[in-house]
Amino acid sequence: MDLIYEPWPWYVAGPLIALVMFVLLLVGKQFGMSSNLRTACAAVGAGKTADFFKFDWKSERWNLMVVLGAIIGGFIASNYMSDGTVEINPEIAQQLSDDYQINSAGEAYLPPEIFATDALGDPFIISVLLIGGLLVGFGARYAGGCTSGHAISGLSNLQLPSLIAVIGFFIGGLVMVHLLYPLIF
Amino acid sequence: MFKSEAASWFRIYEMFQFGSFHMYGIIGSALVLGVIGVQVIKRKNIKSLDGSEMSLKPKNKSVARYLIGGIIFGLGWALAGACPGPMYVLAGAGYISILIVIFGAVVGTFLYGLVKDRLPH
Repeated sequence: MDLIYEPWPWYVAGPLIALVMFVLLLVGKQFGMSSNLRTACAAVGAGKTADFFKFDWKSERWNLMVVLGAIIGGFIASNYMSDGTVEINPEIAQQLSDDYQINSAGEAYLPPEIFATDALGDPFIISVLLIGGLLVGFGARYAGGCTSGHAISGLSNLQLPSLIAVIGFFIGGLVMVHLLYPLIF
Repeated sequence: MFKSEAASWFRIYEMFQFGSFHMYGIIGSALVLGVIGVQVIKRKNIKSLDGSEMSLKPKNKSVARYLIGGIIFGLGWALAGACPGPMYVLAGAGYISILIVIFGAVVGTFLYGLVKDRLPH
């Protein structure tokens, strides 16, 4: 049973991601998760306000199927195949606890300090989640892709723009974690 | 994604603290196989199942959009601890709070569509 509940090591997960990309290429699609955000905007009628959303979103419906698959996968994995904890580097866990009073490393999958449903009563937490989402959505479209589209597909195709974008991802991420977290949390 | 913990806020935080090889291993191994596979596809000129060219178009040349867009994305990735794929995985896992992140991401995409023509690309 341990085999089912244990987290997958990187050398299982990484090749599976590559496999997903090749399956999508094989059926004539592209691996990119953030495009469906644009599809979603178009589907609810954003084409009326901005030309960027005037495209044949119905031809991109497969993208929403990928989303559905991810939701189902998340449901199955979390309910039947996981004990719902993540062990990280103990030094990092200690530092999270010391600096930000986040004590749930090793006990939860996401820190309840931020993601517990109860925390939603706190306007500060709502702003963190909302602004995080806004930046991800805006940045992904501006950069023309996210982790899957640039870091995996784009770099696999040896695209210089994707390398620039991935360097950008890490500049942004490092600035957030090292410079802005102490100010925010 | 869920099983590899790539959808976990802790793993993202740890990655940006360079605390573990885990996330780099996932991205790195996907990438090594990806690069090899794409080269094979190009050399052998493999077509997709319906006979069309595979979607391996070169991306547009620009530095500003990829760098600035990338930095904005990275800020959000580290703040919310989730990128677009894992967001849905977490929604499936039953985290109500992630719906706010997804909502933010849709609004962010919409805002980009509104101001797109005024940004450097």
